[in-house]
Amino acid sequence: MDPGGRVNIFVDTFAWFTDPAHYTGSNAVQVRVFEHLELSALAVLIAAAIALPIGLYLGHTGRLAFIALNVANVGRALPSLALLAFALPIAFSLGLGLGFWPTLISLIPLALPPIMTNAYVGIRGVDRDVIEAARGMGLSEPGILRTVEAPLALPLILSGLRTASVNVVATATLGALVAGGGLGRYIVDGLALQEYDRLFAGALLVATLAILVEVAFGRFEARAVSPGLRSPADAL
Amino acid sequence: MPNARGATVEFRDVTKQYADQVAVDGLSFTVPAGKICILVGPSGSGKTTSLKMVNRLIEPTSGAILIDGTDVLQEDPVQLRRRIGYVIQQVGLFPHQTIEENVGTVPRLLGWPKDRIRSRSIELLALVGLDPKRYAARYPAQLSGGERQRAGVARALAADPPVMLMDEPFGAVDPIVRDRLQAELLRIQRDQGTTVLFVTHDIDEAIRLGDRIAIMKDGKLVQYAPPGELLAHPANEFVAQFVGSDRGLKRLGLLTAGGADLDSGIERAGVDPRAPELKASTTLRDALALMLERGVQQAPVVDDNDGRYLGVLTLAKISKMLGSQA
Ligand SMILES: Nc1ncnc2c1ncn2[C@@H]1O[C@H](COP(=O)(O)OP(=O)(O)OP(=O)(O)O)[C@@H](O)[C@H]1O
Ligand SMILES: [Mg+2]
Repeated sequence: MDPGGRVNIFVDTFAWFTDPAHYTGSNAVQVRVFEHLELSALAVLIAAAIALPIGLYLGHTGRLAFIALNVANVGRALPSLALLAFALPIAFSLGLGLGFWPTLISLIPLALPPIMTNAYVGIRGVDRDVIEAARGMGLSEPGILRTVEAPLALPLILSGLRTASVNVVATATLGALVAGGGLGRYIVDGLALQEYDRLFAGALLVATLAILVEVAFGRFEARAVSPGLRSPADAL
Repeated sequence: MPNARGATVEFRDVTKQYADQVAVDGLSFTVPAGKICILVGPSGSGKTTSLKMVNRLIEPTSGAILIDGTDVLQEDPVQLRRRIGYVIQQVGLFPHQTIEENVGTVPRLLGWPKDRIRSRSIELLALVGLDPKRYAARYPAQLSGGERQRAGVARALAADPPVMLMDEPFGAVDPIVRDRLQAELLRIQRDQGTTVLFVTHDIDEAIRLGDRIAIMKDGKLVQYAPPGELLAHPANEFVAQFVGSDRGLKRLGLLTAGGADLDSGIERAGVDPRAPELKASTTLRDALALMLERGVQQAPVVDDNDGRYLGVLTLAKISKMLGSQA
């Protein structure tokens, strides 16, 4: 490896980013970023819609948790590429074609386990005395979950959503393998065409997006979580 | 303040049977409206279980608990609990809510208008000795243990419940704070006329606070009596041991110099000049200590308010009262 070649790829990537041609048409950076975010957001939202109610309910009742959490964890064990392979025939049989839908289907199992597990663990972890006090004062069971357990479990719930989102953003690149859009296009096409500046630009964009998602969650958490749950020293 | 009248609480042959043991065994007693009943007994004697059956956190295996004549099992548990104040040792304040929000919990559940909830919360914080200006906007993590227990009491009182259940509410504080909290509880309870069922391990706390004391052992009621009677006539060896070998002295702590049989035949001027002057409200226990300390046989007693001389208290009289089975 000559050092000059390494320097070149940085220079080339920088040049790639400054080329106005990469900001027009259907392959424009902003278009790919939008596709990527759209796909990721939808995957996380659907996963949350499934995993949150189950995790919250199981956490509140403490029932069936063993089974549900283990089922969820199977999702963690399966390689994303394999999930994509499974998702293809499902999408085909539903007439959804290539690209977006099979990718979406393959991303959901990836997002389920952290959301469900964190919601469950968060709710279970709420101080039993606080719950007994709530029940003893006449809060209904849904009332306890909504106004006591969920706000107290919020930091963990949000961190589950964050982990899921970051994983999904990173993995959504695979969609390009099945003719999907998103930032994976640059990577897959860059590899196929041996255009390493494009490949590297795509990788950088995905990494940046993942970090931004992480930061955005951190900001949101700071606002959404009650000041009473921070350490006493810096509350208020 | 318009006082909420307390309700009568009656246990009728209440039993709670778990798979491997009986936690509460045929418990029957009645707490009259507006009185404080203290449940004491060794660990595992069924005190907490008894308390939790009143607000249906635990369901009895058999028997009935009646509040003002209505069986609690006939009522919706959630509605029932909103009318019963509940304080536990761990307090269980909601960490994500301010003290004011915590105190407003039951009024919020009852759908009170916002400004009424607010003014009630402020009023209650003041009542339990937490300056609303300083404490209302704080979170539980920013309070000391004793302050949290006060907030817990305020929260339980918020909707003027006719009945309060308190399970070792002052367990985790030092003796001085505990003393203050006890005094505040008594004042508030007299003020509001609430019926209180109060669990403690501390027989002195029981004697100080209780209108009635229920002594429990192995899920059974061993004796149910006012503190004075309990100290004077322990039902058996277990009770005698439980109230302590100094029960005579404890009993003196319940009696006052003013209530004693004073000798008014002696002139004020004729009393031993070394003798301490006692206010009528001084307990006989304190009077005895003072007299022994000064090495005198007698002491003059005066009215608390106007200092009027009432008569002379003698060691012989105290000794006689100790012996008497009144
Ligand atoms: N859910 C349960 N299952 C089985 N046994 C129980 C259960 N809850 C309580 N017990 C038993 O019932 C008995 C009474 O318990 P309870 O909590 O009422 O005691 P307590 O008088 O409040 O004791 P302490 O002073 O230690 O708080 C105990 O022996 C306890 O082990
Ligand atoms: Mg107990």
